[in-house]
Amino acid sequence: MWKELVDHLTVDMLGLSGRVNDAVNFFIYDTLKILFLLVVIIFVVSYLRTHFNTEYVRAHLQGKSELYGNVLAAFFGIITPFCSCSAIPLFLGFIQARIPLGVTFSFLISSPMNNEVAIALLFTLFGWKITVIYIGFGLLVAIIGGFVIGKMKLEKYILLDVKPMEGELEEVEVKLTQKQRVKEAWEYTYDIFKKIWLYVLLGVGVGALIHGYVPADFIAKYAGGDNWYGVPLAVILGIPMYSNAAGVMPLVEVLTDKGMLLGTALSFMMAITALSLPEAMILKKILHVRLIGIFFGTVGIGIICIGYLFNYILQ
Amino acid sequence: MKIEILGTGCAKCITLEKIVRDLVSQLDGDYEVVKVDDIMEIMAYNILSMPGLVIDGKLISTGKVLSVDEIRQHIKEAGQ
Repeated sequence: MWKELVDHLTVDMLGLSGRVNDAVNFFIYDTLKILFLLVVIIFVVSYLRTHFNTEYVRAHLQGKSELYGNVLAAFFGIITPFCSCSAIPLFLGFIQARIPLGVTFSFLISSPMNNEVAIALLFTLFGWKITVIYIGFGLLVAIIGGFVIGKMKLEKYILLDVKPMEGELEEVEVKLTQKQRVKEAWEYTYDIFKKIWLYVLLGVGVGALIHGYVPADFIAKYAGGDNWYGVPLAVILGIPMYSNAAGVMPLVEVLTDKGMLLGTALSFMMAITALSLPEAMILKKILHVRLIGIFFGTVGIGIICIGYLFNYILQ
Repeated sequence: MKIEILGTGCAKCITLEKIVRDLVSQLDGDYEVVKVDDIMEIMAYNILSMPGLVIDGKLISTGKVLSVDEIRQHIKEAGQ
């Protein structure tokens, strides 16, 4: 239905044709579709999330055995929102509750990777299959990455002296009425929408230009085919892009359309969300650079493996 | 009445501080608004997400920017 409406607008009303029509049509259609679905999905996710909060997660992770704790922490990462500005209290708060370092890292890897904007965009642009693959392998990286970091005994690299709290945390239940949940979810959705709509527009705009004007062989040559360096390059490029995930993902869709390999695209998107430069800068206040380096290295290697694996399977 | 905003300088923390200061300037009475940005002091309140709002030593909320009305309500309750 939307497609016909947009076609009517660009072809019949504006009288466009050929490449210009391709680009304009794509831009309008994609923007409408993406923005609409984004609002719906983010609202649903934030509504579900009003049932949990970080305090709840922490109480549940306390005293769990290591590997089980890693798995649980990674899954909890999906249901809690993440803001890099809270990385420090979150990290220290977990250590305070005697949650092992590795389990804390599993959460710290999974939470930003499975953020609502990334999930909503993946679903909108690539469909549910890729979204499930992204979340599934993202969890795997979080579980294994956290477990490996835990085994390395890196507690000495926490720069502050955190005093473990006594006793057990009480299980806190979030008590809200239905109306409060809807209100909170809506405010959250509106807040995010305000922040990302422009990026989405820009991303789709540049994507539309590529869609209409850049030939497929050009992209396939650099991001597809047999380039061994495609995946690691994508991961490195992804690191400084965290805050722009909303703008980059529509671009990635066009690039895969034009021949970028899916494994490379997957690695790129995971690097954008899981390896964030601003978060590293914030964590530097409380963690030794070496620990941050090991954290980025472990996650980076995991993401690169996933990229190669997918490119290999799908070829 | 002492109102503390716990936060290390994130966008939400700055917004909350501004809302509280604006509100307090309109209210009658003696209010002291303090921004706490020392991480160890913040951790003493046992919070996991910022910003935190503390009124007279009691933790009111974490991780969100309250509306003016909500804050007014909390101040009123704390004053009783």
